[in-house]
Amino acid sequence: MDDSILLAHGSGGKLSHELVEKKFLPFLANPALSKLDDSAIFEASGRLAFTTDGYVVNPIFFPGGDIGKLAICGTVNDLAMNGARPLYLSLAAIIEEGFLLSDLERIVQSIKKAAEEAEVSIIAGDTKVVNRGQADKLFITTSGVGIISPAVDISGANARAGDKVLLSGTIGDHGIAIMSQREGLKFSMTLKSDCAPLNKLVSQMLEVSSRIHCMRDPTRGGLATTLNELARQSKVGIVVEEAKIPVKEEVKAACELLGLDPLYVANEGKLVAILDPADAHKILARMRKNRYGRGAAIIGEVTKEHPGKVVMKTKLGPSRIVDMLSGELLPRIC
Amino acid sequence: MCLAVPVKIVSIDGDEAETEIAGVRRRVSIVFTPEAKVGDYVLLHTGYAIGIVDEVEAEETLKLLEEIASLSEVH
Amino acid sequence: MKFIDEYQDSKLARGLARKIAQRSTKTIRLMEFCGGHTHAILRYGIRQLVPRTVEMKSGPGCPVCVTATADLDKAIALAHLPNVIITTFGDMIRVPGSYSSLQKAKAEGADVRIVYSTIDAVEIAKANPGKSVIFIGIGFETTAPTIAASLLRAQQEKIENFYVLSLNKLTPPVMKALLDSGEVKLDGIVCPGHVSVIIGSHPYEFIPRDYGVGCVISGFEPLDILLCIDKLVEQIEKGKPKVEIAYLRGVKPEGNRKARQLMDSVFEIDEANWRGIGIVPQSGLRIRRKYERFDADKAFSVSLKPPREPKGCRCGDVIRGSATPLECKLFRKVCTPESPVGPCMVSSEGACAAYYQYGATEDS
Repeated sequence: MDDSILLAHGSGGKLSHELVEKKFLPFLANPALSKLDDSAIFEASGRLAFTTDGYVVNPIFFPGGDIGKLAICGTVNDLAMNGARPLYLSLAAIIEEGFLLSDLERIVQSIKKAAEEAEVSIIAGDTKVVNRGQADKLFITTSGVGIISPAVDISGANARAGDKVLLSGTIGDHGIAIMSQREGLKFSMTLKSDCAPLNKLVSQMLEVSSRIHCMRDPTRGGLATTLNELARQSKVGIVVEEAKIPVKEEVKAACELLGLDPLYVANEGKLVAILDPADAHKILARMRKNRYGRGAAIIGEVTKEHPGKVVMKTKLGPSRIVDMLSGELLPRIC
Repeated sequence: MCLAVPVKIVSIDGDEAETEIAGVRRRVSIVFTPEAKVGDYVLLHTGYAIGIVDEVEAEETLKLLEEIASLSEVH
Repeated sequence: MKFIDEYQDSKLARGLARKIAQRSTKTIRLMEFCGGHTHAILRYGIRQLVPRTVEMKSGPGCPVCVTATADLDKAIALAHLPNVIITTFGDMIRVPGSYSSLQKAKAEGADVRIVYSTIDAVEIAKANPGKSVIFIGIGFETTAPTIAASLLRAQQEKIENFYVLSLNKLTPPVMKALLDSGEVKLDGIVCPGHVSVIIGSHPYEFIPRDYGVGCVISGFEPLDILLCIDKLVEQIEKGKPKVEIAYLRGVKPEGNRKARQLMDSVFEIDEANWRGIGIVPQSGLRIRRKYERFDADKAFSVSLKPPREPKGCRCGDVIRGSATPLECKLFRKVCTPESPVGPCMVSSEGACAAYYQYGATEDS
């Protein structure tokens, strides 16, 4: 095979088959996928959760991960946030003509590793190739199906006054790791994206307590946006304490340099959980035993005051509103 | 106005310096602060050091603030 | 982070707040000139830490907000020229001009790139010899020297395709214009800390002398701002307005001579058109004849439709401090960060955006 993707790789003919058989199948193989039928067949009974997401991150390789890892973790996490055990994923790749095969191999390896860690199988896939310039290197869409056990009832609308708000670790790591690679920003740091599959962390939390009301991963828009979404959905107010929100020093420094607020920077390996106060410390202890929950903290609570709004008690004492992200997160000079 | 962040000079290479703040490193132009030395903190604004942080004054300011805090408590 | 964290200490903040409350007897009106200060004041809840006797008004120190609509229209028109790459600070990209914005131009196919530094703009010019790279030069005296330095560097490296659209503005002249207009009665000004790193404290001396208004130069951490307010309160209570530096770790009375020299070598002073204020004499920077080949104004011509201001927009009043965002009928109801009417809401540095983001109300 040549060293880069050609249009013919997407035309359905010999090269397409070669691409799937040499570059994808050997690494992702499982009984359903290897059949290469038009659709994968599986059995499942109970309440199912289903989700889909498109991944267009730029740059596609970043400290701590790549678009492949992100595509698996993102969808696995969306399922986990509803308390579902992820079972199967589909993966569709749209590749720009000229994309290096060696890069594709790296990404497929990441996908394999992430899927193995999350213990999910990719049972359906598709690849298309578009002309140079019609896609930015590589776009991936993953859909996922998971199963929710009968006792679990987790939804953004379930928060109640008195609930505690827990955060699984430091915020802003992913967004800043991405920004540090962008043209022009040129700062170097040891910080890595926090991209990670959280389904095992979630199942450990659910083993400990059945009184988790909401969970969400604060991806685009950051922690602030996620808390606002939950407050609105549940029609409650949320109060958090700035001093309790964990932020790495490197992230604080990068945010200072760029004029950003860590509350709005994306995360790809963190979750917010809103739960019954009686179980808060139990759950916190369990989270801290998991590698992705080491930095977990109780950051606030739910109130019936100011429904739909999030208020933060600042480090200095006064409280202020924390709104959703509006517009884009842009570096500023002033 | 404008954002300027105190960063520490780690090494100097002619007109430029390698700087660091809490583990984040950045190359910075020191054309406006040619007298800056390794170990100095400079104020970084859009890729340029615009001034050197006066550490003595910084200390003095903090001392003043401590005094104010304890005096205003007494009243 | 050294020289930042210490100035966020809550015990020291409470101490300052107590002192200010003890000292402040009369109602006074302070203007924080700079968008960065407006932002910090709201972010750290400073208004809740100072007594009701201290009123704070925001000023015109948001370089994006005060860029004249016609100038922004010009930048957008330049973006549409063939083989042009526009480089700009992030703040500018969403601001609405009369008919469009740089972001919209980008969506329509223009090559518009956000840069963190003018150095990056020069690098882009180097990497794209077939294109004309125009840097949109906004900002005050903190930024102007950096733009000058990058222009000189481009000259040194014989980079032929780098241009600057000079929209830089100066701080003391617009302060004078505001004070002359008498529109807002001020007792003190929170002066911009990083502008002052460059210009020092002397340029503000005319303000207490001719207008009886106190000037204290402030840093951007909460303790810096509180200390500044404390000094202004002291001055006003004693009836002794003067220029003081509260940001002593950053600002020297003589400022940064080297930076000013570089700035003066590339730029000369001219009148400038301030959105919401109009023409202010001697308040802008224009590229000197010697460097005119870098001047985007001279190198490119674009035809522009007459500029127009959005209906009902009170950005001008907010910029001049004669109204707070809360007093604008459009604020929060029609004008939001998602659907901004004027620059004060779009620019993350603008007063309206800051008030919106931090949920400011009459009491907070």
